[in-house]
Amino acid sequence: METNSLVAIANHSRQKLEYLIRMAEEFEKHPNRNLLRGKVVATLFFEPSTRTRLSFETAACRLGARVIGFADPKVTSGTKGETLKDTIMMVSNYADIIVMRHYLEGAALYASEISPVPILNAGDGANQHPSQTMLDLYSIYKTQGTLDDLQIYLVGDLKYGRTVHSLLTAMRHFNPTFHFISPQELRMPEPWKQYCRDNHVRFIEHEDFDADTIAGADILYMTRVQKERFADIAEYEHVKDRYLLKLDMLSRAKENMKILHPLPRVNEIEYAIDDNPHAYYFQQARNGLFAREALICDALNITLEDVVNDKNIIL
Amino acid sequence: MKKVELQVAAIQNGTVIDHIPSDKIFQIINLLNLHDVHSPVTIGLNLKSEAMGTKGIVKIADKYFTDAELQQLAVVCQHLTLCVIRDYEIVEKKGIELPRELVGIVRCSNPKCITNNEPMRTRFRVLGPQLKCHYCNNEVALDEVKLL
Repeated sequence: METNSLVAIANHSRQKLEYLIRMAEEFEKHPNRNLLRGKVVATLFFEPSTRTRLSFETAACRLGARVIGFADPKVTSGTKGETLKDTIMMVSNYADIIVMRHYLEGAALYASEISPVPILNAGDGANQHPSQTMLDLYSIYKTQGTLDDLQIYLVGDLKYGRTVHSLLTAMRHFNPTFHFISPQELRMPEPWKQYCRDNHVRFIEHEDFDADTIAGADILYMTRVQKERFADIAEYEHVKDRYLLKLDMLSRAKENMKILHPLPRVNEIEYAIDDNPHAYYFQQARNGLFAREALICDALNITLEDVVNDKNIIL
Repeated sequence: MKKVELQVAAIQNGTVIDHIPSDKIFQIINLLNLHDVHSPVTIGLNLKSEAMGTKGIVKIADKYFTDAELQQLAVVCQHLTLCVIRDYEIVEKKGIELPRELVGIVRCSNPKCITNNEPMRTRFRVLGPQLKCHYCNNEVALDEVKLL
């Protein structure tokens, strides 16, 4: 059905992304509102994701909505054989908007085609996770003061990491230069490199990860190198410690450089970095609240003008 | 005048699908749902062909197909010839080309695609020799696709 669903960030233009960032800025100034008073937000998590669910639910609560849903797929009728379509049609009778996380790829797009209420994709398998990308963009914008002409270094698992792929699609509007730093086994897949070429996005590939390599970074986007991604465990053992960020590697970093990470972290960022001014990953997670407030409002046709002119701010 | 023996009898009205690779003919029969057709159907298999060595041909009397029905045949074979017959004359002859989108014909090869786990129709965009799943963005080569 034709609703204001958000399935993939790639569908958004530069203007739309900037518009959502402006809206997130308004929510950061005043997160507590009554804009969604009387509305019901459903959070359907067919796959557990505590961080994303709490962020969406907090966003809904701080906008004055009430929240229904489930966090554990074992309690749903899906375990009794109910189809996704039937669940969506049932819940859409109760809720004004559905935030959905699903383990199957394409589930969010299908749900958006059949649902009479907007669907916000909170992750569908290895496919899309647009609210993560939106909070990444907002974090980059906040820390750099712009999204244009930045040097963005992506580190770790560039093969399977959906957040880095989504970031490529969103940043293509802003003339970035990407640097891909990963072990051979987890290099940026060729179709994504072709995507960069097709969209005139510059990229440079590196295998070394040291102070010299990252000295030019505005953004250092770390991801986790997961053991289960390697066919050969010996290969994993060989590379696992080569993509860990250590405090002494920041010695030549630019002053404005910020370290992002979609979290959860395992050991890829040394704990000693947490108190360093370059570390930004916890603030990044907090930005998710404001970005998700913007996404929920936009899906419900609440405009930036409505937010700016909102007279019912809860101080 | 030289006598020529027709390999398959002519039909007065209907549709002829020619130049079918012999090993694809049963897929073509299934795709056209010919088991539900009640008019005469002639199926020729392993017929001599100068261009192909051997070929298959299907003649369906008194039945015409929509473009959508015919386009799906190009998924299994890209060089078929369609002949529309009226009163023993060929009134239309053309190749059958792939449409830009295939709906409900091809299975997605990604086991984690929603289309393999939900009672719904698959949708693929045709990108040259590749098909791209509308739902999970998985790409599969045309010559490796599996039909539903």
